[in-house]
Amino acid sequence: MVPAALGARAGVEAVVVGGSAGAVAALGEVLPKLPADFPPVLVVVHVLPSTPHLLAELFAPRCAMRVLEAESFAAIERGCVYFAPADYHLLVTRDRRCALSIEPPVNFSRPSIDVLFESAAVAFGPSLVGVVLTGASHDGAEGARVIAEGGGRTLVQEPATTEVPVMPAAVLAAVPSAHAVPLAGMASALRAMVMAP
Amino acid sequence: MDDDIELRRLIDTIYSRYHYDFRRYSSASVRRRAVQGMIALGCKTFSGLEELVVQDPAAFTQLLQYLTVQVSDLFRDPGYFRAFRERVVPVLRTYPSIKLWVAGCANGEEVYSFAVLLLEEGLLDRTMIYATDINPSALQAAEAGIYLLDRMRAFTANHQASGGTCSLSSYYTANYGSAVFDRTLRKNVVFSDHSLATDAVFSEVQVVSCRNVLIYFERELQDRAVGLFHDALSLRGFLGLGAKETLRFSRHEMGFDAFDAEERWYRRH
Repeated sequence: MVPAALGARAGVEAVVVGGSAGAVAALGEVLPKLPADFPPVLVVVHVLPSTPHLLAELFAPRCAMRVLEAESFAAIERGCVYFAPADYHLLVTRDRRCALSIEPPVNFSRPSIDVLFESAAVAFGPSLVGVVLTGASHDGAEGARVIAEGGGRTLVQEPATTEVPVMPAAVLAAVPSAHAVPLAGMASALRAMVMAP
Repeated sequence: MDDDIELRRLIDTIYSRYHYDFRRYSSASVRRRAVQGMIALGCKTFSGLEELVVQDPAAFTQLLQYLTVQVSDLFRDPGYFRAFRERVVPVLRTYPSIKLWVAGCANGEEVYSFAVLLLEEGLLDRTMIYATDINPSALQAAEAGIYLLDRMRAFTANHQASGGTCSLSSYYTANYGSAVFDRTLRKNVVFSDHSLATDAVFSEVQVVSCRNVLIYFERELQDRAVGLFHDALSLRGFLGLGAKETLRFSRHEMGFDAFDAEERWYRRH
């Protein structure tokens, strides 16, 4: 299932996930399949700022992991999923806590996937895994490049298995080391990366 | 990326040289903003940036724009303003005069939101609004009250959702892609330089609105800021915070009651 190149180099200490159009359904194929003791997962989904989204409430009952909306300065803990709140950027501090911000939108998005990925790459370096799901933007491509630069790895949803292939395709174009994984295999690929010695 | 020490030194230098205190801000946001400023000012490292701003105050002014950039909306989180209108205004109505402090006003979106709301409620004439920020350029923008016309559709929808009684368009004039807010809205507004990190209380007020500022502050600085609000507020005065901010865990939590917990309105003991 997992390409040899993805075999663990550093242990995986955190996973960052970004998605846009179609991503809520795609996340439903990933998050509920992760075990309760999985490393922390931080998630940015593009949603309209005017509609308070209830992603944490939506996913909490379906997941073994604890599902929360990220709060500024909350410690990032194993076994927890953190969603970026609507209309805030979610960042990771050097000492591995959540940080929220209302700096300008990036790639027309707030929260932005690049902002999460870049800050997480600084905090987690080679022990970070990025995941880019379905979407119609280029948000996430620059972030995945920064993750690779820090020695971390990125998986993208196999474009053929997406609702909108633009976003994972942009990552594949920008980051040669990124690997495409069909949606149905994404959770097991992540589990294998965490399990691998 | 082991330039943490360089970033620390840059922030320390900014404080000692220019008295802007970002030392207890969340490192993630400061780092991101400093990198943006570094690129814009043509530097390659935080050390290079430090050298530049020490030599050139104009470069520092430019860097400050990056370090403090915030983008809010008029009537952001309409429920917050609805709660103010429906629950706080009736109390304020019983006061002969009202002072409201918008702390960290950035480009003024929240100042005009309150001004419009208080005008609609017939209270603007007896209200003094203090709009403060650490960034002088942001204060100038706030005082000018000019926003991109493109943003007005979202602002109008927010205003309606907040319980607005008139059309938002009656408070501004459209001019070459810009919306210019009516100057009468700010006739009782004082725009002023004030730092929650280093300055003291300057007036007694009945309402403090400070939103999406505490999200950047480390605990100790949050406690300082909330302590200022507590000292500035009159007895039973109102404190409003951002949607993702709370007094939970604050050293001053016991100094306030939740007034509308959902919309983040508190009341001072």
